[in-house]
Amino acid sequence: MRGSRKPAIVATAVAAALTIAACSSSSSSSTSSTSASSSSGSSAKVTLTWWNNGNTQPLLGVWQSVVAAFHAAHPNVTISMNPIQSDLFTTKMPIALKSDNPPDIFQQWGGGQEATQYTSGKLANLSSLASGWISELGEAAAGWQVNGEQYGIPYDQHVVGFWYRKDLFAKAGITSPPTTIAQLESDDAKLKAAGITPISLGGGSRWPDAFYWEYFAVRECSESVLQSAIKAVNMSAPCFTQATKDLTAFMATNPFQGGFNATQAQTGAGSSAGLLANGKAAMELQGDWETSVVPALTSDKNIISQLGWFPFPQVPGGAGAPTAVLAGGDGFSCTTGASEPACAEFLQYIDSTPVQEELVQKAGVGLPANSAAESVLTNPALQAAAKAHDTAAYQAEYFDIAFPTDQGQALDTALANFFAGKGSNETIINSVSSSSGH
Amino acid sequence: MARTQSAPVAGRETESPRPATAGARPPKTRRGLRKRVELTALLAPAIVLFIGFVIVPMVFAAWYSLYNWSGFGPLNDFIGVQNYTGVLTGPVFHQALLHNVIIAVLSLVIQLPISIGLALLLNRRVRGRTFLRLAVFAPFVLSEATAAVMWYELLQPGGPLDALLKAVGLGGLVHYWLASTSLVLYSVFVVATWKYIGFGIVLLLAGLQGIPPELREAAAIDGATPWQVTRAITLPLLGPTIRIWIFLSVIGSLQLFDLVWIMTLGGPANASSTMLTYQYTNGVQRTQFGYGATVSVVLFFISLIFALAYQRYALRRDTAGALTRAVL
Repeated sequence: MRGSRKPAIVATAVAAALTIAACSSSSSSSTSSTSASSSSGSSAKVTLTWWNNGNTQPLLGVWQSVVAAFHAAHPNVTISMNPIQSDLFTTKMPIALKSDNPPDIFQQWGGGQEATQYTSGKLANLSSLASGWISELGEAAAGWQVNGEQYGIPYDQHVVGFWYRKDLFAKAGITSPPTTIAQLESDDAKLKAAGITPISLGGGSRWPDAFYWEYFAVRECSESVLQSAIKAVNMSAPCFTQATKDLTAFMATNPFQGGFNATQAQTGAGSSAGLLANGKAAMELQGDWETSVVPALTSDKNIISQLGWFPFPQVPGGAGAPTAVLAGGDGFSCTTGASEPACAEFLQYIDSTPVQEELVQKAGVGLPANSAAESVLTNPALQAAAKAHDTAAYQAEYFDIAFPTDQGQALDTALANFFAGKGSNETIINSVSSSSGH
Repeated sequence: MARTQSAPVAGRETESPRPATAGARPPKTRRGLRKRVELTALLAPAIVLFIGFVIVPMVFAAWYSLYNWSGFGPLNDFIGVQNYTGVLTGPVFHQALLHNVIIAVLSLVIQLPISIGLALLLNRRVRGRTFLRLAVFAPFVLSEATAAVMWYELLQPGGPLDALLKAVGLGGLVHYWLASTSLVLYSVFVVATWKYIGFGIVLLLAGLQGIPPELREAAAIDGATPWQVTRAITLPLLGPTIRIWIFLSVIGSLQLFDLVWIMTLGGPANASSTMLTYQYTNGVQRTQFGYGATVSVVLFFISLIFALAYQRYALRRDTAGALTRAVL
């Protein structure tokens, strides 16, 4: 979801506005149905409708060539592609999954969101259909399971870490990236002394705020505590409170640009990614998608080679593994119906090494789900991110996706409020307790 | 289509009414029937659309609002008025409602006088009047999304507005226009004013055109000062237009969404939230569609109550005849 938040905010906003217009007179009778029909039988012709978020280049072009290549190899299967801007899935999927004619394949970010969609009864269980090859994805596939069954399959993965500008680090006399929070704070001080904003933060978009608290929680909480907290939707374990304390102490050092509460994450030169792209800030805590976001926000043609990557620093005394990462990914689900085998076959094709390599080389995917394709990564910063992801003690999924959508969004809101100086540790911890966050 | 060969022309019929004879249908009824058929045929498309896209969804929204419903799966968790209790007692909703009210009040107190002043000015024969009228109306033609993105960029810390203030020696006035929780609502209001002032002015200009110049001339001949003419003749005669503007402005303030959502998402920390950003955040983004429907219904009733009360007490005279049969 994150990776493709780069498309113009205008589209998002207009869509949101249209949605609101529709929602304030909430229409259910009209479903955004697709016209595809799927027929059964292995030899019969099958048309699969595919809703993905590749609505802009270069991903759009890659998906188009994937569709053509798959059809060439499987003449019986026609994929009818319908690219949709990411944020629209929030409103389109509930309606589509309620209708009699949902898309056969659709964008899936896994976790609690998938579990929420699972309650529609329309998600196809792909466990047996994919049993022959899913193991190639390793641990990555686990994020797309509900109750241990594979209701979605990833095609890429994401890892969150610090992107930094090598030139600004050098200017401030920082020779190597920080590995502990104390070092990060002292580097912040050096950058400030050199007149450079240490870290840009897209607080106006809310979800970037959440990365900080979630990473402190990942450092403070053991893997089992994290897992049971996500499962029980309950963050009463003391390590979460400790995360709030860590965050409070870190924020007290004022590492972010002025007015970060209104800064958007990826829109324009004034966004947090734009500030990094234009040398107005030295670091940003973001996903690996940063390399596909920043080039559009600056005229600097060499921006990508200027960026380095380091993992979120260690927090002394925390129970979490120092190498654990905050991660996520993009994938697809199939809907129930006669076309399930063809759908599974298509998802297998997407995860095959040639397609995965194409995604890396042409669509800016940093972490392919099939790690065999990582060999074609050429950007050293992305290689570092991929290595941190693959060698991590464990990958904690971003909490807003891991929790059911309702609670995940409530947590994001509570954290954004906290960053804006409203709220407390209690409002953060309690935000995921049922419907208290309204 | 409703015209038959025997149907008399309406005008003649009224001029020379014939006594109704047995067997012949009374002309009045025939005329009524034709009128009804015509009305049905002409209004049907609009009515079908209105029922399908306004009334039916409203009924559905009211129905969903009684359920705890994520949008997925069947509607089976009936919770009665629990969603309503949640909305009406929620401090965040109260805050959002308060913001709507603040925007509405500010519109009346600030936008209305400015609109009237500019309309009076632009109604006079001043040099470049057409250009000035165009200039004030231009923002209204922009889409809200465009205006919001533009102002978002202008209001960036260190952005064009800050640079302008510094250039003219007002650097002390530079603030975090969108990041400050105490300022952001007013920043949004200024943008909304910029966006909608043109509409008010055009409305009022149209109203001014409807005031016969003889009245002003007569007053002037009687020795009234321009100010007296404006106060005693122009403004009272502009009353119906002003009352309509107030109506539209308040309803618009209650339904404010696009500008706010694009510029701030209702933040930081709900400091610029409105009822609709609250609905989008808590209903759509959190996939609590039952709860979101509840917010819609509450907003609908707030708007309806205002509209009815305003019609009853403020617009009654202006709309007399338009809505009643009496003057037909």
